[in-house]
Amino acid sequence: MAEVRNSKKACTVNALKMSQPIGGALAFMGLNGAMPLLHGSQGCTSFGLVLFVRHFREAIPMQTTAMSEVATVLGGLENVEQAIVNIAKRAKPEVIGICSTGVTETKGDDVDGYIKLIRDKHPELDDIAIVYVSTPDFKDAFQDGWARTVTRIVDELVETAAPEAPRTQKRINVLPGCHLTPGDLYEIRDIVESFGLEPVFLPDLSGSVDGRIPDEFTPTTLGGISVKEVATLGTSAWTIAVGEQMRAAAEALEKKAGVPFTLYDRLTGLAPNDDLIALLARLSGRPVPEKWRRQRSQLVDAMLDGHFFFGNKRIAIGASPDLLWSVSSFLTEMGCNIEAAVTTTHGPLLGQIETDEVLIGDLEDLEERAEGCDLLITHSHGRQAAERLGIPFFRMGLPMFDRLGAAHQTTVGYRGTRDLVFEIGNIFIANAHEPDTETWRQTAEVSDDTGSAFAAH
Amino acid sequence: MSSLANKVQDVFNEPGCAKNQGKSDKERKKGCTKQLQPGGAAGGCAFDGAKIALQPITDVAHLVHGPIACEGNSWDNRGAKSSGSRLYRTSFTTDINETDVVFGGEKHLFKSIKEILDKYDPPAVFVYQTCVPAMIGDDIGAVCKAATEKFGKPVVPVISPGFVGPKNLGNKLAGEALLDHVIGTGEPEYTTPYDINIIGEYNLAGELWQVKPLLDELGIRILSCISGDAKYHEVASSHRAKAAMMVCSKAMINIARKMEERYDIPFFEGSFYGIGDMSDSLREIARLLIEKGADPELMDRTEAVIEREEARAWERIAPYKERLTGKKVLLITGGVKSWSVVAALQEAGMELVGTSVKKSTKEDKDKIKELMGQDAHMIEDMTPREMFKMLSDAQADIMLSGGRSQFIALKAKMPWLDINQERHHAFAGYEGMVDLVREIDKALSNPIWDQVRKPAPWDDGQESWEARALAEAEAEAAAIAADPVLAEEMRRSTQICNCKTVDTGTIEDAIKADHLTTVKEVTAATNAGGGCTGCHERIAGILSALAATKAEAREADHG
Repeated sequence: MAEVRNSKKACTVNALKMSQPIGGALAFMGLNGAMPLLHGSQGCTSFGLVLFVRHFREAIPMQTTAMSEVATVLGGLENVEQAIVNIAKRAKPEVIGICSTGVTETKGDDVDGYIKLIRDKHPELDDIAIVYVSTPDFKDAFQDGWARTVTRIVDELVETAAPEAPRTQKRINVLPGCHLTPGDLYEIRDIVESFGLEPVFLPDLSGSVDGRIPDEFTPTTLGGISVKEVATLGTSAWTIAVGEQMRAAAEALEKKAGVPFTLYDRLTGLAPNDDLIALLARLSGRPVPEKWRRQRSQLVDAMLDGHFFFGNKRIAIGASPDLLWSVSSFLTEMGCNIEAAVTTTHGPLLGQIETDEVLIGDLEDLEERAEGCDLLITHSHGRQAAERLGIPFFRMGLPMFDRLGAAHQTTVGYRGTRDLVFEIGNIFIANAHEPDTETWRQTAEVSDDTGSAFAAH
Repeated sequence: MSSLANKVQDVFNEPGCAKNQGKSDKERKKGCTKQLQPGGAAGGCAFDGAKIALQPITDVAHLVHGPIACEGNSWDNRGAKSSGSRLYRTSFTTDINETDVVFGGEKHLFKSIKEILDKYDPPAVFVYQTCVPAMIGDDIGAVCKAATEKFGKPVVPVISPGFVGPKNLGNKLAGEALLDHVIGTGEPEYTTPYDINIIGEYNLAGELWQVKPLLDELGIRILSCISGDAKYHEVASSHRAKAAMMVCSKAMINIARKMEERYDIPFFEGSFYGIGDMSDSLREIARLLIEKGADPELMDRTEAVIEREEARAWERIAPYKERLTGKKVLLITGGVKSWSVVAALQEAGMELVGTSVKKSTKEDKDKIKELMGQDAHMIEDMTPREMFKMLSDAQADIMLSGGRSQFIALKAKMPWLDINQERHHAFAGYEGMVDLVREIDKALSNPIWDQVRKPAPWDDGQESWEARALAEAEAEAAAIAADPVLAEEMRRSTQICNCKTVDTGTIEDAIKADHLTTVKEVTAATNAGGGCTGCHERIAGILSALAATKAEAREADHG
């Protein structure tokens, strides 16, 4: 049980956090034919764009209302209108997703009002869905922006179903948190489909930024869930939400269309996946396919083989709340000690993490607390800290700009968890200290770790 | 804010900028704040530009005063290298919250400065203003002044909030911050007649280090590079240099010109890209130093080094000739500011497509510059399909361009090399050109191309997006050819000025209605050509074409 504290520093050093609007923009990127639009000055968009391009190694659709100093003071109606009209003309999107920024929130632009005016004036835009979400940069963080945007998409685009309307018994909604990669979504899709069920993801980054040679090029997103499909989410049989951040969206969907939901606070680890498989077996009325029985058994074996190396290892993690919860819970279950946990924003599960303190802070805080740890886990910005500390570094989260395959790092399901055991376990093995004649003389009071004994073989 | 408005006006009045000289008074007032089109642009902002320009100063703490977006979304994303301190890669931001927005963030900023000085003890702190604190009226100039007095360390305000304009304006505002608060505040330990400043070089991928050994050999000392691999003290004492080179991009021309004015440091515009340009730059450095009192024998030594290095570079490029001869390069860039890259490519046997230029005489060079400058600008507006069509029409073997077109080239299974500022390879100096040719060879001769281009055995190849894109383009072309009205509409809607989004039809109508005869008049009437001026040639073309048809009509009338 951890105490959740806020960093008391005035100056954030080596930020762990990223801002709300780009979390929102990424959520919009999980819609097909979408153009995310940040209502702010052009830098707001270009920083986010560059960040995603470096992470996914893909062209990223993202636009700006290009607010100038004067426009910011006078209000951005004209810029929002021009931006929508221009995007409609150039990119022919199905949906334009607008996120506000610090600049336009400080001014207090009434974007909902603007959209009404623009709708009245431009009937030619009637075919294009427009969703607006308020995401000031100076409040909350990336994960909140993602979560709010998904909730807004549900509010705006899902059609209200009549209570008696028939449900598509085979169809399952999946609401993934922003900590899941396209690779994770593929894994969940495989699992759900193996029961003869049809999963639909909102948002679906596996359709848009999974890194492939696409069949065609559009200036908008190249895949993802379509606006039409979103509209029918209310007729699905069940909703699976992954990550505590998705609770609001799942509740909104339940409230609007009566779709019951199950929320998994994580899908990394043995027990949560057992729950998922059991739920799917129940919903589908089918026995658990042999594939999962086999993979479960492989995961159990991996945990047995791996626990020697994980036991008592000291871990420092910096991640957004749901990723932190997922990774720290898994590592705790493998026998590690979470020595340092730093996160970006509040979340209801933070207090339950098995560590003394969870700090809402930055990478400087993490670096201070990570001294002497066996492993540092955070996004790519932790590379300088790991180098200075001289401890092994495992990259998780966004951005991951100095490694290939960020979109395909898969840590959900039995298989994803199994591979994570191998990957992290191998880091421990590779970094085990070889004993020498002085090892025990100097550090009689420090207990040896099992890892070094095994690595010697 | 009014002082910022004056600053912006001031940097736009830059007399050293030829582009600016060509503008009317009215246009000049508007300056280079090419107002970006909402929904049609994604360049960096002025804050981005200021940060890019100053962050290469390695031992300074760069503190961003703003919400998390400005720094949290963007830090550690540039490849400027350091030979010493790593502090410039540590990210500092006030990460202001709602309370700051309501009550003001000045105290928060002041405390942040103190924390940085206590923990990291840098020789100076640079504080960057961003949009939100600028809107709520945080006076960072006053905070910096108070902090400087209280802590006895220079705290420099860099006032360039994102919404005042684009990246290049931010570069200039950053220059102003150095001129106002840094340059001339220190003294070098000693001076020599061979001290120079290099202005506008950021040491991306370590490019400065490709050039420095030659300067070292000649006994020329880089007193200060602004700002690549620089230390605060070097920049502070840079006013004691004898001469300066402004690396050929207009980004920091205000520094070069004002240092000439204030400290009598003559400068020239040069480039380290390309063998010819590198040699010219070395000669110019020597010439300016000799003019300022260095021993004239410096020129002989310089010529000797140039002769040796050029010979060595050509010799090292020669082995690639066999493999590269006849290979076609599509070179599209607005980034690498030197076009003598072309000479190196041609020397290695490659052909340049997209231009009809064969040799690198002076006029040809200018022509290439112009052609590629325009293309580079246009490509930002191209759809992937259009770009693919261009690639396949040009029948190029490799594309050299900026990061924006990377994924189009790669998804078209086309070898591609980044020659813009995000690149990871250093291409400066003689060494750099050899590296460029080596990189091209490496990209072209990679065995993956044959593999990735082969369709899956169950595909007939017609399914690929490439095949479909070409078919669609053809169908469109056929539709246009069959319909003269549509063809005329298409012709008239062709965009001429990309900065101001003006199409052919608008320009033609204005010329006819107001009897315009010069590009200047067209710009005044339609705004076309009022941005980067890259389309002036095209506007002139429209003018002369219309004049010709008019003359014909008149002749017909009289006849």
